[in-house]
Amino acid sequence: MSGTMAEQPRTAVSNPPVRALAANFGEQDMMRRSATRSEPVPTRQLTPVAKLIDVSKCIGCKACQSACIEWNDTDPGVGVNVGVYENPHDLTDQMYTLMRFTEWVNPETSNLEWLIRKDGCMHCADPGCLKACPAPGAIVQYTNGIVDFIHENCIGCGYCVKGCPFNIPRISQTDHRAYKCTLCSDRVAVGQGPACAKACPTQAIVFGTKEDMKKHAAERITDLKSRGFANAGLYDPPGVGGTHVMYVLHHADKPNIYSDLPDNPRISPLVETWKGMTKYVGLAVMGFAAVGSIVHGIFGRANRVAREDEENAEKLVEGRPVPPPPEEPAPETRAG
Amino acid sequence: MSQDVIPAGSAQPGDAVHPGPPVTVNRYGPLQRLNHWITASSLILLLLSGMALFTPELFFLTGLFGGGQNTRTFHPWIGVILFFSFFIFFFQLWKANLPERTDWIWLTRIKDVVGGHEENLPELGKYNAGQKFIFWGMTGLILVLIASGLLIWDQYFGEATSILIRRIAVLTHAIAAVLIICMFILHVYAGIWTRGTLRAMTRGTVTGGWAWRHHRKWLRQLAGRRKVDPAE
Repeated sequence: MSGTMAEQPRTAVSNPPVRALAANFGEQDMMRRSATRSEPVPTRQLTPVAKLIDVSKCIGCKACQSACIEWNDTDPGVGVNVGVYENPHDLTDQMYTLMRFTEWVNPETSNLEWLIRKDGCMHCADPGCLKACPAPGAIVQYTNGIVDFIHENCIGCGYCVKGCPFNIPRISQTDHRAYKCTLCSDRVAVGQGPACAKACPTQAIVFGTKEDMKKHAAERITDLKSRGFANAGLYDPPGVGGTHVMYVLHHADKPNIYSDLPDNPRISPLVETWKGMTKYVGLAVMGFAAVGSIVHGIFGRANRVAREDEENAEKLVEGRPVPPPPEEPAPETRAG
Repeated sequence: MSQDVIPAGSAQPGDAVHPGPPVTVNRYGPLQRLNHWITASSLILLLLSGMALFTPELFFLTGLFGGGQNTRTFHPWIGVILFFSFFIFFFQLWKANLPERTDWIWLTRIKDVVGGHEENLPELGKYNAGQKFIFWGMTGLILVLIASGLLIWDQYFGEATSILIRRIAVLTHAIAAVLIICMFILHVYAGIWTRGTLRAMTRGTVTGGWAWRHHRKWLRQLAGRRKVDPAE
């Protein structure tokens, strides 16, 4: 293996190196690690990367899906045609990215618009999956923005599915681990862009530094606006701190028309409460109950049966006189 | 049969008093004790495996179950075992746990209960209001836990409901778990603080003095029944 380190990729179109290169990022570049109290301290800050998906340039060819299957060596299996273009019908543990098709009638123009969105992990700056994950180190985030699943640490509980604002992770029924797009972290580490971006014939998917991608998006948006798409814009939702997969949308004012892309994604308050208040208040309450009973047990006076009680029981059983029951306000009447 | 309408002493089939000295009283039969301990072991295993997934500080507890994957696999199945063992137990005990007027008097004098001044309390049947609270509280929480637990049992029901429902279920499951753990602590503590109680669940019997002190109405009923029907 060569000691030369691969450069950080700034594009997906470059050709692969002809000799082996050492990975340009790894464990030392983690900035977040699931279920870990002390966050890892990265020694350097990598340049944030991003994938930009321009839905206005997408022709729906699914080359990205093929490239994804090819690179990740997955096997989505042969599906069933139910009369829709999505194939497979949803993201699966074997299909990390999916073209979603919507036929939308623009109310302003009455035109039928065919909206195609490449769905997959958005690589949130504030990842809900990572927040929800109970297994230490099963989900990590690198300083370049990539959110990755470390499968050997995954326990298959499905908490990431509940944490994700975009409904992306899928649990394998074979090995019971969660799978999703890695942003081709293994390719990026050796200076290559993601396989989907590399395969895209129209460059609707491009890859580079997040800054470059925003600049490129701005150019595309200007172009779209000049063509009559007044609401064209960039989808980089602030509710999750921005994402490292961004969209150029010709109708950025209504992301939901693109196969239910969330308008304002954020980590659900239910997940925040579950992972925040419930945990801290719950631990405090349980701790208080446990410590309180131990303290009371040590310092409090136990409730002991007295000799007199035993004697009374003996008298009662033998039919000798015992203290009578106290006068009750009203006798129980349910006795049969 | 005099047991099927709920008498004031709430004596149940199998409850009986044996003359001493020392007087002993049958409180739980072998099947009830078996059920209790299956439920108790399940609850402890659920507590350990659940807490491991509840907070990263306790994730190491997964080691007891052979790792995270196994913990995730076993936890729901243990829950199913607990559900069935508890509900068999439930149907053995529920009649004696129906609320009655004495329970309110007991609750209003909770200071005397905690202070051990039982002379100020009314005579009680087989269960006091605290025990009934644990009984019904456990019942309710176990129903909530099994229902929410099934919804988040990813392996079999992962796709059965919407993500919103699963988020509500996972939050509900966590809150109910916290409450049942507190209830479990209270239950264990009360059993230890009230000396002479544990043997009811180990040997199945308590002393006559224990019954006289804590559940006198129940003891009177059993003693009375013995006079009527001394056979056995």
